[in-house]
Amino acid sequence: MLVLEHATKFFGAVRALEDGEIELYAGETHALVGENGAGKSTLVKILAGVHRPDGGRMLVRGEELELAGPAAAREAGIAVIYQEPTLFPDLSVAENVFMGRQPLRRGRRIDARAMHRRVEELLEPLGVRLDPGRIARGLSIADQQIVEIVKALSLDAQIIVMDEPTAALSAYEVRRLFRVIETLCGSGRAVLFISHRLEEVFEICQRVTVMRDGRHILTEPIEGLSSEDLVRAMVGRELVAREETDRKAPGAAVLEVERLTREGVFLDVSLSVRSGEIVALAGLVGAGRSEVARAIFGIDRYDAGRVVLNGTPLRAGSPAAAMAAGVGFVPEDRRQQGLVMELSISDNIALASLGRLQRFGLLRRVVERRFAQDWASRLRIKFGRTTDPVGTLSGGNQQKVVLAKWLSRRPRLLIVDEPTRGIDVATKAEVHRLLLELAREGVAILMISSELPEVLRVADRILVMREGRLVAEHGQAEATESSIVAAATGQTGMVLP
Amino acid sequence: MSSALTGRLAAEEPGRSRRLVDLIFRAREFGIIAVLAIFVGVTTAIQPRFLDDQNIKFVLLNTTIFALLALGETMVVVTRNIDLSVGSLLGLSAFLSSEVLSEHRGIPVVVAFLVGLGIGAGWGILHGLIVAVAKVPSLVVTLATLYIIRGIDVVIAGGTEVVANSLPSSFLGMSTASFAGVPVLAVVVACVVGAGAFYLRSFRSGRELYAIGSNPEGARLAGIPSGRRVFTAFVVSGSIAGVAGVLWASYYGTIDSTAGTNYELQVVAAVVVGGVAIFGGSGSAIGAAFGALLLATIDQALYVLGISSFWDQAISGLLIVLAIALDRGISVRLTSALRKRSLRHAA
Repeated sequence: MLVLEHATKFFGAVRALEDGEIELYAGETHALVGENGAGKSTLVKILAGVHRPDGGRMLVRGEELELAGPAAAREAGIAVIYQEPTLFPDLSVAENVFMGRQPLRRGRRIDARAMHRRVEELLEPLGVRLDPGRIARGLSIADQQIVEIVKALSLDAQIIVMDEPTAALSAYEVRRLFRVIETLCGSGRAVLFISHRLEEVFEICQRVTVMRDGRHILTEPIEGLSSEDLVRAMVGRELVAREETDRKAPGAAVLEVERLTREGVFLDVSLSVRSGEIVALAGLVGAGRSEVARAIFGIDRYDAGRVVLNGTPLRAGSPAAAMAAGVGFVPEDRRQQGLVMELSISDNIALASLGRLQRFGLLRRVVERRFAQDWASRLRIKFGRTTDPVGTLSGGNQQKVVLAKWLSRRPRLLIVDEPTRGIDVATKAEVHRLLLELAREGVAILMISSELPEVLRVADRILVMREGRLVAEHGQAEATESSIVAAATGQTGMVLP
Repeated sequence: MSSALTGRLAAEEPGRSRRLVDLIFRAREFGIIAVLAIFVGVTTAIQPRFLDDQNIKFVLLNTTIFALLALGETMVVVTRNIDLSVGSLLGLSAFLSSEVLSEHRGIPVVVAFLVGLGIGAGWGILHGLIVAVAKVPSLVVTLATLYIIRGIDVVIAGGTEVVANSLPSSFLGMSTASFAGVPVLAVVVACVVGAGAFYLRSFRSGRELYAIGSNPEGARLAGIPSGRRVFTAFVVSGSIAGVAGVLWASYYGTIDSTAGTNYELQVVAAVVVGGVAIFGGSGSAIGAAFGALLLATIDQALYVLGISSFWDQAISGLLIVLAIALDRGISVRLTSALRKRSLRHAA
């Protein structure tokens, strides 16, 4: 249905894509995997008509095409659903779907009723309920993606590209999305599915294309492959699995949370993290995990309970007090909460340590930069100069900058919220190694993660939250993916097909 | 009250709750009307003279030009832009159009309108080009032209003024003519505002203005010709300011180079009080017109009550703050209500 051959794309002197190749059949779900910087996004943007390739050719339904822009891609029946959809928050769902193409009545007026009816018709086969008249503001990411998919269907798109659609979804929402994808393929459309989560690739896709360093590495049916094969093709080398090093027995409790409650958000949460221990908070998105972390760090208030750090109660609602007591917090959304995108790498790293770097109230650039350089090389951050804006780094390296910022304060307790979201496999492994190393040095780590393999791999203890409560605790030895999922979903609650 | 509202939202069937959401949106305008009613009620209770024919007519006439400008400003503001030049533009247009009439006695009044329209559209085109093509923030562009246009006005007018008795009486009578006690001009402007609101609400290009203000990047990806739409909004706003200048000249009769000074801020205030989000994406022309009516009413009420006009500005400012607080409050509540509802939907 769609063929792209030998696509190349330069940005200035940088070759983002050297030999991009993809072939999609009607009715298949095709995975595109590769590390960050492998050229997936560039390839997607070529398909979307956002970038024009500098070389290569593209065939859609056997016809050679050159896409002049996003409109041309739409015309060719290609729709791209981005990780974070770009909806109009103030407009209704239906208007988001039909913007610029609203059905008209006499006198070129918009026929709102017909528009709503069309959206309901398109939603019907997807098995998703959404009110076409409500405004888009407040929709979950998953629902926003559904709106984008409906838009693609309304355009009669035959080729649907999904760029990391599951990165921000809960397990339940991923299920729903997979059902939608199956419906799309069942109607003869081709879906290009991009994901860092290999288990999803194995579950939903029929064929897979692997890219590395801007090149096409392989395209094969998924059946004959193992996840080790894929990882090897993606990174070009073997990955070291968790070193079962002799972990020191955890020391004294660093963090003790006693019956922490915030009305309507979380209830009676008690937990402790000991020195040298990694405790994971697992559960569905929306179970209240991030909220607990934010309350511990003092960003959000809580109504009852208390937080004790190294034996002394921590003042509520004050991140400054938490920082002074030796708590580091790596937030979920690094773009908005963890980094100042316009500032340089060195500024970002030094940001949490300014108090220590100043002298007589003045900051000296040289000191700041040397400090940053030191930490950047310790974490193996790949960058041009420390003065480059953080926004120019890849996602994995950005996350390392956030980590460097907090590690440079030498925290006693580090809270990390989804530390590897949207990061490629190799960097992920490095982040894991880093966390384990910190633990060995005696730092207490509280990790929130929706990726079960990560939780199982890194954590010493796993606490599961559901609907604002702690519902289960597993030691590393006894925990399995299914036992965590069962606890997180409450077994009798949502049924995972 | 908020929890009752939320509860009802969640409980309604999709079809009915949609109407309810619509209702809340219009409630922004209801809010203004309520404030207006309270204001009129209190003022009348203290000073019954407030509701006499003369006063009502006066308020309506003051509102007309104001509301007309608010319509143009609304079109610009919903696209996440702002036009600060309208006060200066009104002044320049008022002076030049009336001067044409007083210098060339006997030429038809319509010429004055053409002059005003030409001036306004010309500057509007310039603003539109600089904002849409050169991508300079509209705040900077129109702040600059606010001073430039006023400067031109001062240079041309010097210390002179156009006086009422040099203008044709048909011109002067135009703005004060009334039919059955209702000023004709107010009716005309009401129709124009209605048409503008209808356009913004029910036509593709109108909705696209909201889309641009709601998510500029998304608008680009959706293939909306953002540049062209923003350009048009500025041309409309400029043209309206030009025509409003002519009406201003007709209404006041005596025009010097200070006509309409600081008016742009009042217009922006009216728009914001009327529920148009200053960062674009939502609000209606009707709301903006009511915002203008409210501010004009306050003006007159303070005058009738014998309160110093110094208070006037302070109270206008207070109302802007209140309006914005209300606006935020509603949207925050609405967001959480909608979120709860979609959770319910998902379950």
